[in-house]
Amino acid sequence: MRDKVLVTTNWVADHLKDPKVRIAEVDVDTAAYDQGHVPGAVGWNWTTQLCDTVVRDVIPKKKLEELLGDSGIANDSTVVLYGDNNNWFAAWAFWQLKLYGHQDVRIMDGGRKKWLAEGRELSTEASKPETVTYRASDPDDSLRAYLPDVLAAVKSKSASLVDVRSPAEFTGEILAPPGLPETCQRGGHIPGAKSMPWAKLANEDGTFKSDDEIKALYDGVGVTGDKPIIAYCRIGERSSHSWFALKYLLGYKDVKNYDGSWTEWGNLVRAQVEKP
Amino acid sequence: MKAEDYTERNETIDTWPIHIVTYRVGDKYFCTIDNVDPGARFARAEGATREDAERVALEKATKYLGQTRRFPR
Repeated sequence: MRDKVLVTTNWVADHLKDPKVRIAEVDVDTAAYDQGHVPGAVGWNWTTQLCDTVVRDVIPKKKLEELLGDSGIANDSTVVLYGDNNNWFAAWAFWQLKLYGHQDVRIMDGGRKKWLAEGRELSTEASKPETVTYRASDPDDSLRAYLPDVLAAVKSKSASLVDVRSPAEFTGEILAPPGLPETCQRGGHIPGAKSMPWAKLANEDGTFKSDDEIKALYDGVGVTGDKPIIAYCRIGERSSHSWFALKYLLGYKDVKNYDGSWTEWGNLVRAQVEKP
Repeated sequence: MKAEDYTERNETIDTWPIHIVTYRVGDKYFCTIDNVDPGARFARAEGATREDAERVALEKATKYLGQTRRFPR
């Protein structure tokens, strides 16, 4: 399964001129692409291009069709995503492409950091692929959890909730990662959630740990895939990374990403909060 | 063109662990700083020399970390 969704930096270097393969960089730091990127890669801005900029929501279907079409991505293209911060927003983009039914999406293991550290070729020229027509499917809500799903899961204990934020965010010691703006009124976690920080799934070089290592980590907190899983973080990008590992590396069938995450729950009047 | 003189190291600012990555692309040095856990890049700078880029990035990091509140348990 891993081979179908993860590619190495070597694989990408060997496919830079493959017309079936389209590469997109998606960074937390939206200026990083301009410093230098994988030759031929397009750059997507998660703050403007991978969301609805009016309503808090994922990218609307029509906007996704335009983005992919303008990026030269056809329905049968192999899309390779990569980015900074161990592929946080590359995983966010992966999740959205899967929501809209794109078949062949892969993540470059190790992301931007590994490509740079290996001294691989960079380009500062913005890629301008030929526009094609793209048709997205209707969104697959089996991959996404909304607030009512989470409320129901808390009440009935019908799903495993996985909090992938750092331990200090889980306990409520801090409201957001150090150095980033605070975006909630209360700290802590959703009642019953298990803490499994996303970073534990990654090696030093940004690549994913082995399937066996990741499985052992989740087994250790009782998340075994025997019931539905809902992953969350602060805004849904770190949890996309964990959602990817649970669904596509471990192969657990029912895994949802709760993109409302802590910025929704931690601001909700009278929502139950557990500490530590 | 490629990233050259690539270095990584860990330091601490006011008890917050940080991770500093610096490299050169062409004639510019780029420095990015992340907060180790969870590893989010929150300060970056560029400069003509490694020292310039790191100094500015560290100034930004110090400022941003100073704004992070800790809540007692």
